[in-house]
Amino acid sequence: MSKITTLADLKKKRDEFKNGLELRTKALDPESLVQVKVSMATCGIASGAKTIMEFFLEQLDRRNVAAVVTQTGCMGYCYAEPTIEVKLPGQESVVFGYVDLKRADQIIEKYIKTGELVDGIIPVNYQSIDLNQ
Amino acid sequence: MSKYSMHLLVCGGTGCHAAESDAIVCNLRDELEANGLMDSVQVILTGCFGFCEKGPIVKVMPDNTFYVKVKPEDAQSIVAEHVIKGRKVERLLYRDPVTKEAVTDSKNMGFYKKQMRIALRNCGFINPENIDEYIARDGYMALGKVLSEMTPEQVIKLVKDSGQRGRGGGGFSTGLKWELARRSVSDEKYVVCNADEGDPGAFMDRSVLEGDPHSVLEAMAICGYAIGAQNGLIYIRAEYPLAIERLKIAIDQAREYGLLGKDIFGTGFSFDISLRYGAGAFVCGEETALIHSMEGLRGEPTVKPPFPAESGFRNKPTNVNNVETFASIPAIILKGAEWYSSIGTEKSKGTKVFALAGKINNVGLIEVPMGTTLREVIFEIGGGIKNGKKFKGVQTGGPSGGCLTEKHLDTPIDFDNLIAAGSMMGSGAMIVLDEDDCMVSMAKFFLEFTVEESCGKCAPCRIGNKRLHELLGQICDGKGSLADLDRLRNMSLVIKDTSLCGLGQTSPNPVLSMLDNFRDEYVSHVTDRKCPAGQCRSLMEYVVLADNCVGCTACARVCPVNAITGERKEIHYINPDICIKCGACMDKCKFDAIYIR
Amino acid sequence: MMETVKLNIDNREVEVQKGTTILKAAKELGIEIPTLCYMHLHDLNIENKPGGCRICVAEVQGRRNLAPTCSTKCEEGMVVKTHTTRVLNARRTVMEFILSDHPKDCLICPKSGTCELQDMAHRLGIREIPGQEYAEVSTYRKDTSPSIIRELDKCIMCRRCETMCNDVQTVGALSAINRGFMATVAPAFEQNLEHSTCTYCGQCVAVCPTGALTEVNHVPQVLRALADPSKTVIVQTAPAVRAALGEEFGMPAGTLVTGKMAAALRSLGFDYVFDTDFAADLTIMEEGTELLDRLGRHLKGDSSARIPILTSCCPGWVNFFEHYFPDLKDVPSTAKSPQQMFGAIAKTYFADKIGVNRKDLVVVSIMPCLAKKYECQRDEFSVDNNPDVDFSISTRELATFIKQANIDLNNLQDEDFDAPLGESTGAGVIFGATGGVIEAACRTAYELYTGKKLERLDFTELRGMEGVREATLDFDGTPIRIGIAHGLGNARKLLDDVRSGTSTFHAIEVMACPGGCIGGGGQPLHHGNSDIIKARATAIYAEDRKKPLRKSHENPFIIKLYEEFLGKPNSEKAHHLLHTHYFDKKKKIIVKQ
Repeated sequence: MSKITTLADLKKKRDEFKNGLELRTKALDPESLVQVKVSMATCGIASGAKTIMEFFLEQLDRRNVAAVVTQTGCMGYCYAEPTIEVKLPGQESVVFGYVDLKRADQIIEKYIKTGELVDGIIPVNYQSIDLNQ
Repeated sequence: MSKYSMHLLVCGGTGCHAAESDAIVCNLRDELEANGLMDSVQVILTGCFGFCEKGPIVKVMPDNTFYVKVKPEDAQSIVAEHVIKGRKVERLLYRDPVTKEAVTDSKNMGFYKKQMRIALRNCGFINPENIDEYIARDGYMALGKVLSEMTPEQVIKLVKDSGQRGRGGGGFSTGLKWELARRSVSDEKYVVCNADEGDPGAFMDRSVLEGDPHSVLEAMAICGYAIGAQNGLIYIRAEYPLAIERLKIAIDQAREYGLLGKDIFGTGFSFDISLRYGAGAFVCGEETALIHSMEGLRGEPTVKPPFPAESGFRNKPTNVNNVETFASIPAIILKGAEWYSSIGTEKSKGTKVFALAGKINNVGLIEVPMGTTLREVIFEIGGGIKNGKKFKGVQTGGPSGGCLTEKHLDTPIDFDNLIAAGSMMGSGAMIVLDEDDCMVSMAKFFLEFTVEESCGKCAPCRIGNKRLHELLGQICDGKGSLADLDRLRNMSLVIKDTSLCGLGQTSPNPVLSMLDNFRDEYVSHVTDRKCPAGQCRSLMEYVVLADNCVGCTACARVCPVNAITGERKEIHYINPDICIKCGACMDKCKFDAIYIR
Repeated sequence: MMETVKLNIDNREVEVQKGTTILKAAKELGIEIPTLCYMHLHDLNIENKPGGCRICVAEVQGRRNLAPTCSTKCEEGMVVKTHTTRVLNARRTVMEFILSDHPKDCLICPKSGTCELQDMAHRLGIREIPGQEYAEVSTYRKDTSPSIIRELDKCIMCRRCETMCNDVQTVGALSAINRGFMATVAPAFEQNLEHSTCTYCGQCVAVCPTGALTEVNHVPQVLRALADPSKTVIVQTAPAVRAALGEEFGMPAGTLVTGKMAAALRSLGFDYVFDTDFAADLTIMEEGTELLDRLGRHLKGDSSARIPILTSCCPGWVNFFEHYFPDLKDVPSTAKSPQQMFGAIAKTYFADKIGVNRKDLVVVSIMPCLAKKYECQRDEFSVDNNPDVDFSISTRELATFIKQANIDLNNLQDEDFDAPLGESTGAGVIFGATGGVIEAACRTAYELYTGKKLERLDFTELRGMEGVREATLDFDGTPIRIGIAHGLGNARKLLDDVRSGTSTFHAIEVMACPGGCIGGGGQPLHHGNSDIIKARATAIYAEDRKKPLRKSHENPFIIKLYEEFLGKPNSEKAHHLLHTHYFDKKKKIIVKQ
């Protein structure tokens, strides 16, 4: 370990370590962030949800979007897997179906960044997946 | 470095530690390894989450899933279901005690909703054995700020302005205490952290030290700068091995980074910290007794003044603060006095950590803003009384505090309100009592502790408490009189009035407050020879309810002393002179035909 | 000009020096606030104020709780009430607490009549102790040592013994142990006093307010010897006894009762009433000669001559250096104490003279000291299991003995000591006060060293109550550096210097008890009044001045003793009878289960 000899040193260290804790800090106040929930049940995984999840994790970070990516169970739209739920701060959740890498890219670029809706929304009898709500 | 998509936080506080949280960590890692997930999921052993009632706890981040009562073998389900398939493990989720519904997001748990964590900000959030995580949470920034931007006087002013009062029990202004120590002129001064937590049921200091040791180290260094001390000592009881271990690790890490030691941040300020172990005497929480104990002398208090700020450890000016007091300091420095003083009530600022214990659903550690009501703490955060029983009282301030009742439930909790209500803040233990608790027995119970813990130096505490305890025993045995209640009061008041230190000055508080708030119950013990709560064995009488008795003889057969007589199919009789009140008959009777009178 | 503060006590204004306690300020107004654990021997700079008994509490306006006046300093504008109902009720209740944990066998307690707890119960008019029927009373094992009995059931945790043992004497044999109701004072690991570092100085006994610490009573043995017609019983009385015995009979402190005491002893049936002062003169001859020998060699540059020489007449002090400075055991004089020199001469020279077998000669000593009880039981001070001194009883024990024998000391006619072991000089008398031994030694050493007559006999520079004193005497051109310490804590300071080689003294006198023998552990209790000790010292020096002979070497009976029996000081015979050797007791601390 190298010594921290100035306040600037400490700040540098803090910023360096902050990443490691980001996942947890985000969870403290997810409402202020973009929340992406990837359905990762058997149906989802079979249709490639895992790749989609990794894509979101990597790309949101790379494109500097403050977001929390979590996985969730089956949303009940097995016909449209992979499905994801996106919640922008202060807005209602939106569920997208048939998410492949191309659509995932669109979702980030259009919906998440500008709020513009893209194809694949599943609006019918929508229910949040959070059991508590 | 690949990015983790999930963090599994496993509680490593003493309670969960004892319940094999280490094995949970091992198993989780093994499972992740087996599934090739070591790179995407991180397992972290943290400090206490506070929700000890339901430990061990595993919290999944970032989705805030809160698994309770986790066993090492549950690691498999957590990884297979939650991590891999994204399905929450339903059976491990916390269920609301009232609605019985599973809560998936811990933010929605009643236990956490009203909490505000300042002293506990990092507990259950970071790995206490990793200084980097503390630094990532702005750790040591306050020290850096103080050393490079502020004069000692400014630091003291800031702490004074924040309105923080000592969390150890006395409630003396932290800033003022620092100022007094600063004013004492000496070549050598000491900063002492009082980690001799001794109230039964209190473990806030332990949790902070186990969960966030660096916050205390940082604050001690800040205090050292403010008062002009270069040496810090942590007086910690040897019964806290985990806290000691984490403190040692933390001190080593801080030294390695140069955050403790010589010339910190290149400012020329030097400060180092060492540990002193206590043998677990309650009285050593009193600062003069603590200092004597650290000096290798008998742990007993001396008359104040002189206060430690003038003459303390090795007769040098010494500032003694409690763990929780220190833990809040870095946050106060970074966020400012105004921020801190905006929280709480007029004369009690900030938040306070309480340890909930007794007949309450959510036993554990909580931190709430000063001014939160007892009702909110007990019924919302604490989840109400166990087994649907009726709330009877809450003992605040541990054995030195008093017992508050229904009528105090809406009192905002702060230092002064609690004293006005006949109790005190103490270190923050809250023991909740329900309808089954006898207030004479409870007073006796708390006194038993002080009798045991008195150092024996002054006569009223050494002998008076013993006599008080004996008299309560007499009352519990049905040998008391109305005049004894007056004696109880007089002895209590004299012990309070004449004892040398805080221990004796507060030890009769449970007796006095219970006598005041539950006088009928005391009177009932001495005039009717009855214990309304049915706790005092000598005052119980097991009686057969003639209407229900079918004469099955089961009770007579189970009675170990043959106190029950009666022919088959005839009503039985319990001879009170022989009965030893073991209750076996009542347990045995299938017809609810035996009751306690 | 000292800073002062004004305050109001019981509606009366008083102005006192800053730092004065409420207790003392009240005293200035004639208000006597009762105290129990508090003790202040101001001349000796000894104070015990743990603030533990809480009897001295008073109401201070603006304070939440009652304040212990013994340890609360006066502040400007303070308003104090010492006898409100709140205070009186608190004091009574606390006293009831203390009494509830104290045995009620006052009638047969050795401290009955002189017990401060008894006095306080009387003063506060305690007539009942509520709840005593079901109150647990502490019980502890009784511990009997050669000198001191510990009956801790009677301990009230005043901590005076601890202050004496640890702070004043630095012996460290007694300290508080256990917690709460079980707390008491004991040697480390609760071993017996006998196995501790206790020096038997008896200062703990001297200050104990109750019967928790008392001396071993040897009066019955003495009585038995007196009643045995086959025994010749002789008695020796130490110099400090005559200056204090009168106190036990209502006389003011400092009353000399030498003649009455001799009469009383004769009346008790002792066959010969002798004086330890005679042996003190003998001690000077031996010790003084040793001093001159070592000094002479030292001044000639002989490095094998150990300087300083330390006096060895105090048995508490001997025990102390055997425990704590065994590495220096060749530094003190080898001369026995006067008590033991007396015994050695009595059972040889005198026994032969009167034709009595030593086994039929019983030597009793009256001592102001409890360590003497232990000293006379030391193995090296007996011949064929027959001790040189059979029994040592304290001044207090003698007083009880005299009272039991229906003797009215106050109205006795003065009598003289018997010859030959009853004759002494003023030098022997002053052994009883701190500085006296070295003064007596110097009177003789000066004349022997210089061959000149000493004109000024009163070495006032060696007297006083300072804990450590030093003086340089002019031995006809040779400066002699003298150190004096009384109280073992003070002795330790000088000994540390000797050990480290920084001591510049030629001779050091050490007395274990503050004030010297007049403040001994066997003396009438001073109950915290150090004026009593000062008055005894004055009496000792008055007796010295009255004596026709004031230099040991001029004592005709001493001269005769050497001529008839011993030969010369430090002769082989003198060495055999009058000198001793010391032991390393450092490792003798045994923890008994």
